[in-house]
Amino acid sequence: MSGASLARIGALLLALAALQWLAPLALNPYYVTILARIGIAITAAVSLQLVNGFTGQFSIGHAGFMALGAYSSAAFSVYLGAAVLDSLGGGGLVRLVYFPFPLICGGLVAALAGLVVAVPALRLRGDYLAIATLGAGEIIRIAILNIDAVGGARGFSLASSAYPSVDLRFDSLAGVYGVAVLTIAAIARLVYSGGGLAFRAVREDEIAAESLGVPTTRVKVEAFLVSSFFAGVAGALFAHTEGYIHTNSFSFVRSFELVAFVVLGGLGSLSGAVLAATVLTALPEVLRGLGEWRMILYSLLLITTMIVRPQGLLGQRELLPLPWSAHRGARRAGRGAA
Amino acid sequence: MSETLLEVDSLDVRYGAIHALRGVSFEVKAGEIVTLIGSNGAGKSTLLRAISGLVRPSSGRILLRGADVTRFAPEAIVALGCSHVPEGRRIFANLTVLENLQMGAWAKRGREAQGLERAFALFPRLRERLTQAGGTLSGGEQQMLAIGRALMAEPAVLLLDEPSLGLAPLLVRQIFSIVREINAQGTTVVLVEQNAHQALGIASRAYVLETGALAISGLASDLARDPRVRRAYLGDESAE
Repeated sequence: MSGASLARIGALLLALAALQWLAPLALNPYYVTILARIGIAITAAVSLQLVNGFTGQFSIGHAGFMALGAYSSAAFSVYLGAAVLDSLGGGGLVRLVYFPFPLICGGLVAALAGLVVAVPALRLRGDYLAIATLGAGEIIRIAILNIDAVGGARGFSLASSAYPSVDLRFDSLAGVYGVAVLTIAAIARLVYSGGGLAFRAVREDEIAAESLGVPTTRVKVEAFLVSSFFAGVAGALFAHTEGYIHTNSFSFVRSFELVAFVVLGGLGSLSGAVLAATVLTALPEVLRGLGEWRMILYSLLLITTMIVRPQGLLGQRELLPLPWSAHRGARRAGRGAA
Repeated sequence: MSETLLEVDSLDVRYGAIHALRGVSFEVKAGEIVTLIGSNGAGKSTLLRAISGLVRPSSGRILLRGADVTRFAPEAIVALGCSHVPEGRRIFANLTVLENLQMGAWAKRGREAQGLERAFALFPRLRERLTQAGGTLSGGEQQMLAIGRALMAEPAVLLLDEPSLGLAPLLVRQIFSIVREINAQGTTVVLVEQNAHQALGIASRAYVLETGALAISGLASDLARDPRVRRAYLGDESAE
């Protein structure tokens, strides 16, 4: 590992530590909650960007995968994690080691569902795919609504009746943003490596990609699988920071919100998704003072942005040169030679 | 007698109720340029799409280097050495010229450098445009990029679908001379064209497709003199 990347990782850890300890001192809990929601929105938006922005498959059922991640991780914690944490004493270090597990569990369950949805749905294109994913998202939500073990219509509290003293919530900003950074890194590495060109080739022209020997179905399924994994992780984060979940949080409105993040940020830009998720999550809170005018202004801002910048805030560009972008390096080299 | 690279045996393709190809058989020997001519809707593009695995034939067989590839996926056919330059060029508009070429080497990752060298030797213009988005190239440059991209997979057989489509006459001549050069370098070419005059000029053998079936076949030089071909495809009203 080079000195530069060690320095980058060090700076990142320092920033996360500052967020963890300074934010609660400097800000009231309301702002801390909003910061956590922004981190989760970033994770979900970046995961959706892989499918919608980079692979060009328009999915509008992403909230369904978040729901699966949220509920399966919550069930994991309530029915298994509580007992484990109780027997281990539930100290700080134990909790730190424990919490990746429900997140991974949520991601895996969502990824499995992603695979089940992707294989038939990705035979469809354009509007048909969008409608199929919308339907899949709603099916997931309504199925969960009818499972009594996870609360059904009452919603699901992250509290175990057998171990009432164990705190299953995980409201650490460092944790939320650490996961967001890992998600961005994983997806950047996937799409900006040499092999990642295949995602964008499928987006640009599926038939041309196929004629060049790209197994387009496999590429699309892979994108969907990875995307739903990280959506599940985002859902799991949501469940563990909020401490209570309800299927209403994962309706198609949430899916559309995520689509707005990736479209407004720029389809095909990870930094665009991060930027839009941040702005659009913070905006309704910033505008809260305007009372009932709030959502009107929010909508007007969305409409104006799409008229003025139909390609999204960043188009297909990235704000920072991502360290994994091998081809971008080649592009820079080419530009230098020209 | 050189080796038969590609053999199509009584191929049928249907799109729903439409019978696009009826019992088409033809063969291509190593080192040849074979042209398929015919009017719009005769089934020329469908035939190429069936060979490269983009459409499934309803019956018949396709042999590539002796292997039955009739039900193969497109990526397997590319890996076996048959690349397709689809009709309308189909450049990845938002990828750079370099990225377009890199995608062409998908089946041959690791041999990118050689492919790029060959593409730049054939199309020096592409080197100048390396970092430009594919969609900003002119029509002629896009066609060069499409051909260069397909060559990145180092095919033994190159399927070209209407490379002259929508290009100015000067560019058409240039493209045809490049096709001849590619062939001289050892790549066998199957050329689908509406521009029968130019195609017959560079091909060794030719097939004429009419409403999904082979109508005439023979040496390109003979077909260029055949009155039926002259009347229907070369615009010669006086031919009998």
